[in-house]
Parts: sequence; structure tokens; C-alpha cells
Amino acid sequence: MLKRLRENKSVQGTLLATPTMLWMLALLIIPLLLTTVVSFGRRSPDGEVIYSFSLDNYIRLFGFSSDCANGQASCFNPLYLQILWRSISLAFNTTVLVIVLAYPLAYFIARATPKRRNMYLFMVLIPLWTNFVIRVYAWMMLLRKEGAINLVIGWIAQALHIQFAPLDMLFTPGAVLVGMVYEFLPFMILPIYTSLEKIDNSLYEAAADLGANAMKTFMRVTLPLSMPGVVAGTILVFIPVMGTFIVSDILGGRQVILVGNLIQRQFLDARDPTFGSAASLILMIMTLIVTYFYTRKFGFGEEIVVA
Amino acid sequence: MNPHRRHPLILVSTILVYFFLYAPIVVLILYSFNASRANVTFAGFIPTFAERVQTKGSVIVASPCGPFHWFCELSKNRDVVNAAKNTLTIALTATIVSTIIGTMAALALQRYDFKLKPFSQVSLYIPIVIPEIVMGIGILTLFSQLFELLNNSLGLSGDSRLSLGLGTVIVSHIAFMVPFVTLVVQARLQGFDKSYEEAAMDLGANEWITFLRITLPMIMPGVLSGALLAFTLSLDDFVITFFTNGPGSTTLPIYVYGLLRRIITPQVNALSTVWILTVFVAVLLLQLIQNREAKA
Repeated sequence: MLKRLRENKSVQGTLLATPTMLWMLALLIIPLLLTTVVSFGRRSPDGEVIYSFSLDNYIRLFGFSSDCANGQASCFNPLYLQILWRSISLAFNTTVLVIVLAYPLAYFIARATPKRRNMYLFMVLIPLWTNFVIRVYAWMMLLRKEGAINLVIGWIAQALHIQFAPLDMLFTPGAVLVGMVYEFLPFMILPIYTSLEKIDNSLYEAAADLGANAMKTFMRVTLPLSMPGVVAGTILVFIPVMGTFIVSDILGGRQVILVGNLIQRQFLDARDPTFGSAASLILMIMTLIVTYFYTRKFGFGEEIVVA
Repeated sequence: MNPHRRHPLILVSTILVYFFLYAPIVVLILYSFNASRANVTFAGFIPTFAERVQTKGSVIVASPCGPFHWFCELSKNRDVVNAAKNTLTIALTATIVSTIIGTMAALALQRYDFKLKPFSQVSLYIPIVIPEIVMGIGILTLFSQLFELLNNSLGLSGDSRLSLGLGTVIVSHIAFMVPFVTLVVQARLQGFDKSYEEAAMDLGANEWITFLRITLPMIMPGVLSGALLAFTLSLDDFVITFFTNGPGSTTLPIYVYGLLRRIITPQVNALSTVWILTVFVAVLLLQLIQNREAKA
């Protein structure tokens, strides 16, 4: 029996993969299926899940209430659609800003001498490894009315003898955007750097020999070859921004509500896991659609694991 | 053409982005020496040492630890110490388990053919392409429904009731760490030269000896970087922990988040400063080790 096992490669492979697969089944596949089932359920008055097949949660999510059929005139309420839209546009804006900030830096590091390159990368890793929650807190300290930014502007205004009233920057959509950009910037720098660093120097020389100027070399050689890094970075930024609730919670207060906040509140404050599950499934479907079309167009690089 | 030549605009934007990355951290550290109890404005450093804490209004003028007042307070805070212990316990346990089973899975996926292989490979990418909160609430639903079922059917009551705690956090952390370990080790195995193993087998070593003496040492750098990645993911995790922790299993990120929603003293900054310094030293050591390895 043992001898047969030793010769049977297929059984060996299955055995080696079994612990991981069981883990993924129990804590990934089953929870996702369970979420799907719960999203079709109903909430009992004391917050328990009643299993049934009802589309109420989805109808509510898309702005209609279940008693709409009774012929009420204005039962369309786009509150949740607005939240979904806000999350998508914030994720989009964050990603674009992050690419704009990350690309020159990644380029700078990739073109540095190997010895300095390590130091520059090290300087990107420190903020990345500083805890997520701590980084949000740092921005809270900066953006408050009495915070560091207002303090510095105040000093400058005083020196120039200009009247200055401290700005209310915390708990605004702008604060959330800045916080998101700050949180996810390193996740874009690293994959872009990885793909830029791979580009062979002889390609630049060839481009120069063939008479391309700096701009043309960048557009025709550097940019296309660094696209896998940009794609990987976009996935690493866009998806988490769609689902994060800490940044909007701390920097947006109750003003900026995203899908993540909506889901979190259904599970903790409002105690309606069925509605929360429906919102979470819609969130998942949206990110999968975006990822699918995006990667189909640009390909899926190995850069995603590097970061 | 000099390959290290860069446009001045790139230099300027690089400096600005580094400033953007570091300014918040510097301010955060500065405020951990704040003399003001309220931590709203910066009231300067605590100037003098004294046997007892002396205050003038909401400003501290003297402390047994001098400027390091908030760090001393921090070390006396039992909640913080417990949270730190929990964070490390969770990270270490989950890293060991996920490194072992993740490496096994990487070997299976890279070396063997089996029926469920395509499915296994795809399932590893799921945690990367779905938002963490989706996984978090899924696991929360699973645990709460499962525990309710078991508690009722086994008639458990009081302290023996199953509930969220360290165990559920560890199990859930392993779930999101394993894919990263597997993918990193798999990448390492891709460039693996099989002739060393064949040579060992030709010289009479059996599969186990070959694995222990040849394969494992050769993939060790990949396994270690996978383990390290897993460890940092666990230390940093907020979302999964948020939905799976229970009383007594608070981690540092959860603790800090709880404070941010209530009252903030410079103690939070002191905690952040300690965290940042620890990360700094850890990354520095790692770089030194990697540099040495690259030279050897």
C-alpha cells in the first residue's frame, strides 16, 4: 500500500495540497456560499437570520422598497445606489492619483545606482509596514482644525501678515481621498518599480541609436513595458479601497459613507446580516467585473505577488 | 546615454512624494512627546524630571520619565501589553501553520498533477481579488451560525459555550495568509534546477533524504520570504481580526482603532512611535541579511 502511494504521483500531489485546500474550502468557499444564502434570507425582529428565498435585500439595495408594488408614487430611494457610486468613484480617483504619484518615484528608484536603489526602496517599505490604523491616525492629527497643517499655514500667514481662519479639513470627502491615497501609495510604487527594473538597458540604447528622443523612448519603450506593474498595482489599490471602512470611518466621520461602512454597520450596529450580506455580494461582484475586464485587456503580471 | 540620467521634474516629484510619505509619520512621532494631556495642540516637550507628575492646567510640566512620560504610561497600560501579547501570539502561530501547509501546497501545485489542481490554483487567487471585508463577514457568519448550532445541539452553556476568541482569529488569519505563502514559494520553485535532485537519487538517497538535504535547503529563501510576508500581513491585519475577535483577543490595531473613536491621549502616539521604530529596525535587519545573501 505504501509502495503504491510512493509511485502514485497524483495521490501524493492531492495529499500535499489537502491541508491548504481544506482551509480554503472551510474559510473561503463555504463562507462565500453562506453569505450568498444569507443574503436571500430575512431578518427576524431580534436580528437573527431567517432562511428563505427573498429578493427583498437586493430590491432595497437598488433603491426600491418591497411594498412598492402597492402602487405608491415615490418609493424610489437611491441612498444605497449613491453609496455604491461614491465607493466606485472614490476607488477610481484614488487609483488615478496613486498612479500619478507612484510612477515618477518608481522610475526614479529604478534608474538609481544599485546601491542607492536599496536605500530608496527601504524608504518606501517603512511607511508600508507602519500599521494601517496608525497611518489613518496620523492624518487625523494633521487634518484637524488644531492640527499640524493648520498650524503651519497659520505660521506662514502670520509671517506674511495675512488673516487666516483654520480650515475644517477633517470629516470631508477630501480627507478620505487623501487618506486612501496615503494608505495605498506603496502598493503601487513596488509593482511599478519591479516591472521598470526588469527593462534591459540595451533597449534604451537601441531606442537612442535609432534616433528616439526621451519622450518617444518613454512612450514607446518604458511605458508599455511597465504596464504589467501598473495593472498589478491597480488591482492592489482599487479592490481594497472599494472595501475599506477604517479610512472613511476615522477621516470621514459620519459624512462619507462607503460600501464598507454600510456592510460593517449592518453586521454590528443595525444588526441586519442579511442586508449586509447582499451589499457584500454586490461589492464582490463589482470588483470581480472590474478586475476581469481590466486584466483581460492588460494581462495579469506576476508583479502582484512581489508587493 | 547614461542609464542613471533622470529628468529634473522626476527628481522634484520624487522629493515631494517622499515628503508626503514621511511628514505624517514625523508629526505622529513628535506628538508622542507632547506635554499636553489633551493632545489637541502641541504644547512642547515635558521639560523636567520629577518624582511625581506635575501639571499646570492640562499641560504636564514635570514627570518621572521627563519627555518620555507617555512611553512610561504606555508600559504601565495593561490593555496595551495584553494586546501586544495577543498580536504576537496570533502572528507567530498563524505564520508557522500557514508556512508549512502553504509550502506543501506549492510543491503539490508545481511538481504534481492531480484532479483538483486547476481549481486549487484558482482558489488561491480569490483572497487577492475580493475585498477583505467580504471574506471577513463571510467568516463571521460561518462562525456565528456554526457556534450557535453546536452550542444548542450539544447543550453548552456558560463558559463552555463556543465563542469568538484567539482561536477564531488564528484560524482566519491562516486562511488569508496561506495563498501568499503558496504563491511566493511557487515562484521560487519555478526556477528550480531538478538535476540536483536527480543526482541525489542516483547516488542512492531516497525521496525523504533528497527532500530534506537538497530540495528544502534550496527553496528555503522562498519559504522564509513567504513566512515573513505572512507574518507582516498578520501583524498589520485589521479587517479580518475586526470581524473574528472576541473578548480577550484584542490585537494592537483593534485596540488603537477603539481608542480613536473615543478619547485620544499622546499615549496612542507613543504606541505608534514604538511600532514605527520596531518596524524600522526589522526592515533594516532584513535588508542587511538580504544584502549579505546577495554578496555571498
